[in-house]
Amino acid sequence: MSDFLQLVFQGLGIGAIYALVSLGFVLLIRAASVVNFGQGEFSMLGAYLLVVFFNILGINYFFGIGLSVIIMAGFGLIFAYATYWPLRFRGGLPVIISTIGASIFLQNMVLWIYGPSTVPIDGLFDSDGFQIGEVFISSQYLAIIVIAAALVLLQYVIFEKTLLGKKLQATSQDKEMASLLGIPVVIMIMITFAYSAALGGLAGILVAPILFVSVGMAGIITLKAFAANIIGGYGSIPGAILGGLALGIAETLGANYISVPYKDAFAFLMLLAFLMVRPQGLFGEKISEKA
Amino acid sequence: MTVLSGQGLHGPGANPWRGLPQAVLAIVVVVIGARFAPAQGYYLNILMQAATYAIGVLGLVIVLGYCGQISIAQAAFFGIGAYAVALGTVDFHINFFVALFIGVALSGLCGLILGLGTLRLGGHYLGMITISFQQILTLVLTNWIEFTHGPDGVRNVARPMLFGFSFDDGNTYLALILAAAVMVTLFVWRLKASRLGRAMQAVRDNELAASTSGINVYGTKVVAFGISAVLGAIGGGLFAGGFRYISPDQFSFGESIVLLTMALLGGVTSPFGALVGTVSLVLLPEWLRFLKQVYLAVYGASVILIMVFLPDGLWGFVDNRMRRRVKPVTGDVPPLPLLAQSGEATEEPVLVVEELAKHFGGLKAVDGVSLTVRRGTVHALIGPNGSGKTTFINVVTGLYEATGGKITFVGRDITTLAPHNRNRAGLARTYQNIRVFRGMTVLENVMIGAERQGNDVAHDPQAVVARALAALDFVEMRGDAHRLVGDLSYGHQRYVEIARALASSPHTLLLDEPAAGLNLTEKVELGNLLKRLKGHGLTIMIIDHDMNLVEQVADHITVLNFGKRIADGKPQDVLSHPDVIAAYLGEPRKHEAA
Repeated sequence: MSDFLQLVFQGLGIGAIYALVSLGFVLLIRAASVVNFGQGEFSMLGAYLLVVFFNILGINYFFGIGLSVIIMAGFGLIFAYATYWPLRFRGGLPVIISTIGASIFLQNMVLWIYGPSTVPIDGLFDSDGFQIGEVFISSQYLAIIVIAAALVLLQYVIFEKTLLGKKLQATSQDKEMASLLGIPVVIMIMITFAYSAALGGLAGILVAPILFVSVGMAGIITLKAFAANIIGGYGSIPGAILGGLALGIAETLGANYISVPYKDAFAFLMLLAFLMVRPQGLFGEKISEKA
Repeated sequence: MTVLSGQGLHGPGANPWRGLPQAVLAIVVVVIGARFAPAQGYYLNILMQAATYAIGVLGLVIVLGYCGQISIAQAAFFGIGAYAVALGTVDFHINFFVALFIGVALSGLCGLILGLGTLRLGGHYLGMITISFQQILTLVLTNWIEFTHGPDGVRNVARPMLFGFSFDDGNTYLALILAAAVMVTLFVWRLKASRLGRAMQAVRDNELAASTSGINVYGTKVVAFGISAVLGAIGGGLFAGGFRYISPDQFSFGESIVLLTMALLGGVTSPFGALVGTVSLVLLPEWLRFLKQVYLAVYGASVILIMVFLPDGLWGFVDNRMRRRVKPVTGDVPPLPLLAQSGEATEEPVLVVEELAKHFGGLKAVDGVSLTVRRGTVHALIGPNGSGKTTFINVVTGLYEATGGKITFVGRDITTLAPHNRNRAGLARTYQNIRVFRGMTVLENVMIGAERQGNDVAHDPQAVVARALAALDFVEMRGDAHRLVGDLSYGHQRYVEIARALASSPHTLLLDEPAAGLNLTEKVELGNLLKRLKGHGLTIMIIDHDMNLVEQVADHITVLNFGKRIADGKPQDVLSHPDVIAAYLGEPRKHEAA
């Protein structure tokens, strides 16, 4: 039983990471109808930025995190300008392909600069954690869960209680109507890209001490964000969060009780199962095209 | 009819053997060239890679280029073929071709299952499920070491023997795979102009219009994906024999992306584009080798640049510049048989709708509407905005499921039939916001109508072309037969849509606000067209706001308001009905009326 609780706790920690990345992913789908295959690269870049600031330049850890997240937000704008902007009137597929191109480009640039080896990095706290009963609470995992929860809450407040949030929501629901009402749709979409990249970058930074920093982390994280998104319900914000958590827990339990090498397969098996049986996911709406 | 078989009718399905001599010649040249070319070692490998990849990329042309569905697992299907051949020949000592066949069958089966599970849903779902399939396959190939040899891969893959003739020599084997690549290219090229190929392109361009033109959208997508999986496995199986060594990383997610990029770079809607793209990207890394480690980054960046600057790919770029104006088709065609299905009796009920209801949550968009459309009449359905007219048509044509009620068409209950089956029963429609197949020519658009299952000409490709031209004649658009529909003006696209419906020789034609968006001249022309149709006795149901138009052509009018029928009868009676006047002009206030 204590084993089980221990695993659930770890699963929640990893799941919180998936939830954050998936959240950024969903926001782009809603704001700009962009299915971003480079979402995991945001996490990878965020983590490498912290490596540069902390491991290499020796800047204060927390200051380094802040700097990395801000740079990632700016990077989100560049990303939008390169992959989304020139193709925005050409439908979904060309943008998907160009984000795939961006993903290949970013991974290989990082590979070229830093090489293929994984880089270890310090966690947020000096202490490893503490014991509650028979469950060991790792401070990094706990921090991830707390920070993710706080961010979700903050985002909820911004979206529901502020004018900016209302404008962002209006943009995601009906761009034409929003622009007729005087909402600067382009700026809203750009804000979403910046936020999505910052969120992804932060997720990468938080998970870096656990997974270590490597080029390979990008692809895996992108794919997990997809899976979380389908499990939760395509385009659903609560779905992205719960889908991410569910995925993290299922994967951790599966790896422990069934098979370690196939750890990454559980996400995809869940994804397959959902697509076959309940394609609208946990929170999704049925999709239909208007005649 | 013989007048038609000239060069004007090139392309669409005219002669099944056209191109065969050239094909045989191409194969002979390729085989002889490969057999006796001095290509060895390095160059031999490059050629083998290009030929086998091309076969996989041609699969993507079908699923993505023709049918518009995203598949990101082509390397997985490639891998299934490769592993079938490798494990089959090395571990199980079975014949090369038998092993290849097993791989192809297995791959096709996987494609079928994945397709059946997801293609009922929207476009991105196939993309998602193929990614997961790709990942799981890579994990299995890497981790199921007892069966797949794991990350070490499989060595000493055999090359085939056929009737005692050995393909063991590199050049001989190259000749074999080049011949296969040529055949697959021709198959994919021919497919585009076939009925199935047209159906795929129609699904790509407009799923709704495809379904109401008698195309089984879901089935067509599944078939397209299935064929692409099969071609992937053929390419992979031949690849394994060519390189004699395979390992899981050759069939990873990244390789799927490479295959996808090859298709897009060359131009995904043409098999020749696929060849250009494949050869370019097989060579590009070789040419970029001086860049050392950055070359993949350059490669990624070029993918974006291609998408931005060469939307139709390299081949599309060349093709667009080479496209000459094709001469209009000349020659006589039999007139459009508008009355072909009507038989003797007129005024008998064709479409009978009883108590039809469609509710969206609490909103009763159509609320218990009954009406009867009689043979040979023009029946108008009018009503203010939001009165439920278009919803009514959508339920009748099967795009929406009815909440209640019954629809009988030519004596058959069609209430629960799928849209394409209603069309096959002879119910054709047009849309308020025109739905044509923009990537196809005018003639191809109308041929889709003509070849609806159940149409009298459907099984004769020549007659399909003739019928399509007759329909274009009727709307006076024959001169534009070979133009892309997307290049036409709005009004002309409307005529193409009407011609598409007419070519299917419908029992009943439903026109959803045909005058919407037309200018005054175009409206007059449309009125004349409708009068001509009426003169030929076609059964028509028309929805429109334009009272002038409706009064000119209607024999019978039904008026809807708030989803309910408020009047039904002869035009003069209905249009003077107080409820109808109130619905259109507003209710007179009580004290004023008093």
